[in-house]
Amino acid sequence: MSVKKSKARSVFIGVCVIPAVVLFVIFMLVPTFNVFKMSMYKWGGFSNSKTFVGLENFKTLMADSNFFRSFQNTVLLVVCVTVVTMALSLIFAAIISREKIKGENFFRIIFYIPNILSVVVISAIFSAIYDPTSGLLNSILGIFRGSDNPILWLGDQKIVIYSLVIAMIWQAIGYYMVMYMASMASVPESLYESADMEGAGKIQQFFSITLPLIWTNIRTTLTFFIISSINLSFQFVKVLTSGGPDGSTEVFLSYMYKQAYTNSSYGYGMAIGVVVFLFSFALSALVNFVTKREPLEF
Amino acid sequence: MKKKKELSLNTLYRIFIYVVLITLAISIIVPVGWVFVASIKENSEFYGSPWTMPKGFYFQNFIDAFEKANMGAYFMNSVIVTALALVILLVVALPAAYVLARYRFWGSKLINTLFMGGLFINVNYIVVPIFLMFVDADTLIRKIGGDGFFLNNLFVVALVYAATALPFTIYLLSGFFVTIPRDYEEAAYVDGSGYFRTMIKIMMPMAMPSIITVILFNFLSFWNEYVISMTLLTKDAKTLPVGLMNLMQAQRAAANYGQLYAGLVIVMLPTLILYIMVQKKLTQGMSLGGLKG
Repeated sequence: MSVKKSKARSVFIGVCVIPAVVLFVIFMLVPTFNVFKMSMYKWGGFSNSKTFVGLENFKTLMADSNFFRSFQNTVLLVVCVTVVTMALSLIFAAIISREKIKGENFFRIIFYIPNILSVVVISAIFSAIYDPTSGLLNSILGIFRGSDNPILWLGDQKIVIYSLVIAMIWQAIGYYMVMYMASMASVPESLYESADMEGAGKIQQFFSITLPLIWTNIRTTLTFFIISSINLSFQFVKVLTSGGPDGSTEVFLSYMYKQAYTNSSYGYGMAIGVVVFLFSFALSALVNFVTKREPLEF
Repeated sequence: MKKKKELSLNTLYRIFIYVVLITLAISIIVPVGWVFVASIKENSEFYGSPWTMPKGFYFQNFIDAFEKANMGAYFMNSVIVTALALVILLVVALPAAYVLARYRFWGSKLINTLFMGGLFINVNYIVVPIFLMFVDADTLIRKIGGDGFFLNNLFVVALVYAATALPFTIYLLSGFFVTIPRDYEEAAYVDGSGYFRTMIKIMMPMAMPSIITVILFNFLSFWNEYVISMTLLTKDAKTLPVGLMNLMQAQRAAANYGQLYAGLVIVMLPTLILYIMVQKKLTQGMSLGGLKG
């Protein structure tokens, strides 16, 4: 390659790649690095009194009962939402792609709608549904149980977390269903035909053909789903309950946000961020490990 | 006899499936449709049963939402931010994705790894450091005698949106560019076409389906985003979702239901219209992406 040509190649590569790298470094890499750095400072935000305290913030965190509450809430939310969403979306996807359903396309279009709506919109819709006196849900339930003591879907400390779970399932289920339908479509029809001939029932076919063959896809989505539930739970909590009533729906990141902005303890907030970051990595590594199977080829 | 029994069991199973599917569909259609109906109700109609049909078409809700609740201005802000962010994203991500998929050069492996790692960095964690970075920069500018630039600037928000969407977009686009045979470029080079010309005239048109998928997904995420814009736009210039949050809070105090639901429709409608127009593309594009933040 001539010198001139190789120079032109370098210029081309540089012009194409450098802007992306610069943006990525400034707005993603450096802030991520700063999360870790700030977690070791005691820092009241706007005042310039930054003092290095090492792991002091983490020690305080371990003794912070509010943090543990947010930890419990997050785990409860993530487990409930993940199990129900995964199970339902797999079952529905299997039904729609195996059975000849009339209006398959209609169902597909409808089920995907929640995924295109903003979390703020979904939260507003659900606060209309959950409204204790004029809400959609209580007005239906009122037919059966009277309207004397309405259920406080967002006001009762024991119920509110499940109200959040329902909203999160509502928004996620269609997306995963459509995705599993796409991967189930690649399972060869001949396998089901021979299973039919051998007399295997539908449920057996689901467990011994469909599930094993799309297992790789399930594993990948499961990992990403868990991470995104941790993040989404924050966005829902922020709009729908802002952690209330009395901290009963505080989750990891909403607590971090509260410490950082309302309380102006940026250093402490970032220490929470670091713990959550490591927690979600550990969790997805664990899920990855537990769900490991020999990949099946077809 | 046995055959008949099997047949009826099968019918029962099919009825059961339809009942379940229709229930799920209703649980989605009814709340969304209800918002549209509620948006044309008068405020007095909100007391009592939520299931009554509106008495008339009370369009004043939309006028109030646009003017009194500022949703008109927020709408324009959302349009500006979303459009700017998409343009920046495409201009930056397309060439980068192409080069990273096609060329091996000093540091290319590191850059690829960095962007892959970026898929795991979530905006919710880094929004605080980004905010503080802008606070620092603005204080610095003010010291020199300028005016604050970074906070409350729609362009900066668009830039942050584009930057945080880079890993996913580059991952998706590179995945496509890798699959195109090299013959096309080699033929172009033989014809004397330069690097830039080859990329823009030959490769980009071929990537059009992937580019459209990228635009769709990112349009939805930019239009619906609220954590970044809530943090970085602290004054009057807000985007629609943040404006809607304010309306929700105001409604708790003043019970202005009509305005709230009109606002909801204003936020939802563009995404719903786009979705109906391109729903095939969107649900097909999913098998390309397979992950979401």
